[in-house]
Amino acid sequence: MTDSDELDLNALGDAELVAQMHDDLYDGLKEEVEDGVNILLARGWQPYRVLTEALVEGMRIVGIDFRDGILFVPEVLLSAGAMKGGMVILRPLLAETGAPSVGKMVIGTVKGDIHDIGKNLVSMMMEGAGFEVIDIGINNPVENFLAALEEHKPDILGMSALLTTTMPYMKTVIETLQEKGLRDDYFVLVGGAPLSEEFSRAIGADAYCRDAAVTVETAKELMHRKHNQPSEVGS
Amino acid sequence: MAAAEVAQETVLIIACGALAREILALKRANRLDHVALQCLPAELHNRPERIAGAVERAIVRARPHYERISVAYGECGTGGALDRVLREEKIERLEGPHCYAFYSGLDNFTGAAQGDIDAFFLTDFLARHFDKLVYTALGLDRHPELRDQYFRHYSRLVYLAQSEDRDLLAKARGAARRLRLKFEMRRTGYGELQKFVAAL
Ligand code: B12
Repeated sequence: MTDSDELDLNALGDAELVAQMHDDLYDGLKEEVEDGVNILLARGWQPYRVLTEALVEGMRIVGIDFRDGILFVPEVLLSAGAMKGGMVILRPLLAETGAPSVGKMVIGTVKGDIHDIGKNLVSMMMEGAGFEVIDIGINNPVENFLAALEEHKPDILGMSALLTTTMPYMKTVIETLQEKGLRDDYFVLVGGAPLSEEFSRAIGADAYCRDAAVTVETAKELMHRKHNQPSEVGS
Repeated sequence: MAAAEVAQETVLIIACGALAREILALKRANRLDHVALQCLPAELHNRPERIAGAVERAIVRARPHYERISVAYGECGTGGALDRVLREEKIERLEGPHCYAFYSGLDNFTGAAQGDIDAFFLTDFLARHFDKLVYTALGLDRHPELRDQYFRHYSRLVYLAQSEDRDLLAKARGAARRLRLKFEMRRTGYGELQKFVAAL
């Protein structure tokens, strides 16, 4: 590529630059997205604003086209990689500036399953929405979930499964929580392509989320409800 | 389909394209001249939410022309949607979650599932079409750097062989090399598919 082919991001106004970053995210252009992040920061944008307006919004558009079958898994992975590049720059700055923490989530793929692309995307978007996310990885037996809940005391437990053979294991985890009297300490969100609303209800989860955007909305809504709950009983 | 010539075919198998060759081989071996085969595109695998609808449309279209219809699909990640359609239509399908399970034999596969957690499976079909249906479909031809995001947690490629075919064996080995996975082969034969077709 020659220099003259390259679009000079510096020459764009803020709004155009953000729109260009959405395109670059869509096309999975990591370096361009990183450049955009740095330029906005240099122009005095707050890290949190860069995150939400440039990165999260761009990824939301990718999510819609994935849902509608316009983009497929490789494109989503490339976009996620580009967003991650931006997040690496922003993460330390967000920590410094004390960005709002909306809540905490422990997330993992259940035992017998090592699909993790969807889970990783959910983790990233939840982090982008201001949640603290503890990702315990793949192939998790119930003991791992219990240990992580005990250690991190999250608001939300998220479980992912992509195989019809592994999704019933979510029920095992929820039943174990019930037996131990821990079920009501957490919101349980479940997801993965073969799941459904109906399945989520049947196993006693709080909600099924069909994609990362819905997960963020649902999680925010649940946190909102939690904070507005009257602490005294008997109304 | 040439309707005039298939007048004596009274049973139809609606199958995943990934099973076409195998079903035809079994049909021949069992001399099942009364059985016709209609395949749906194997690409539906990567879009399992579309499988149930596609099968339903094929059933509705074929209903008037056959005495009996049978569906050669596993559950295939449709999240119960395929089984809902088949219950409604009173049609049987291949037992099991997916083809890796019914080739291996259902008991074997469920039992070994935990031991095989680091294994990516190929069948004859996938070995033959690895380039298009795995490598290209996952975008690895254009973006080989995505390899780790897909296969980071895998260490072996296990080729479940239906037939004895040296070309396919070489292809499967080549696939393992390209994915940087250790190669292993298990000769499964046709597993549950054999019983399913023979019973028609
Ligand atoms: C990519 C893929 C793979 C990759 C996985 C790479 C990885 N690191 O994860 C590879 C190629 C390695 C793979 C392997 C296998 N796969 Co696969 N795979 C898929 C495929 C095509 C896409 C899944 C995906 O990543 N989608 C992209 C993400 C972004 O979407 P998502 O996962 O649905 O996640 C979104 C939502 O569901 C939700 N969500 C997800 N998790 C969570 C969690 C929470 C808490 C919440 C709230 C929301 C949420 O939000 C996400 C983001 O929007 C699906 C088919 C499909 N279209 O679903 C088959 C599929 C899941 N695989 C399948 C199979 C059978 C396998 C294998 C057994 C095949 C084999 N040849 O060996 C192996 C598994 C082996 C093993 N040892 O476990 C089957 C399952 C069939 C069944 N009966 O269940 C499917 C359905 C394909 C098919 N029809 O045959 N696979």
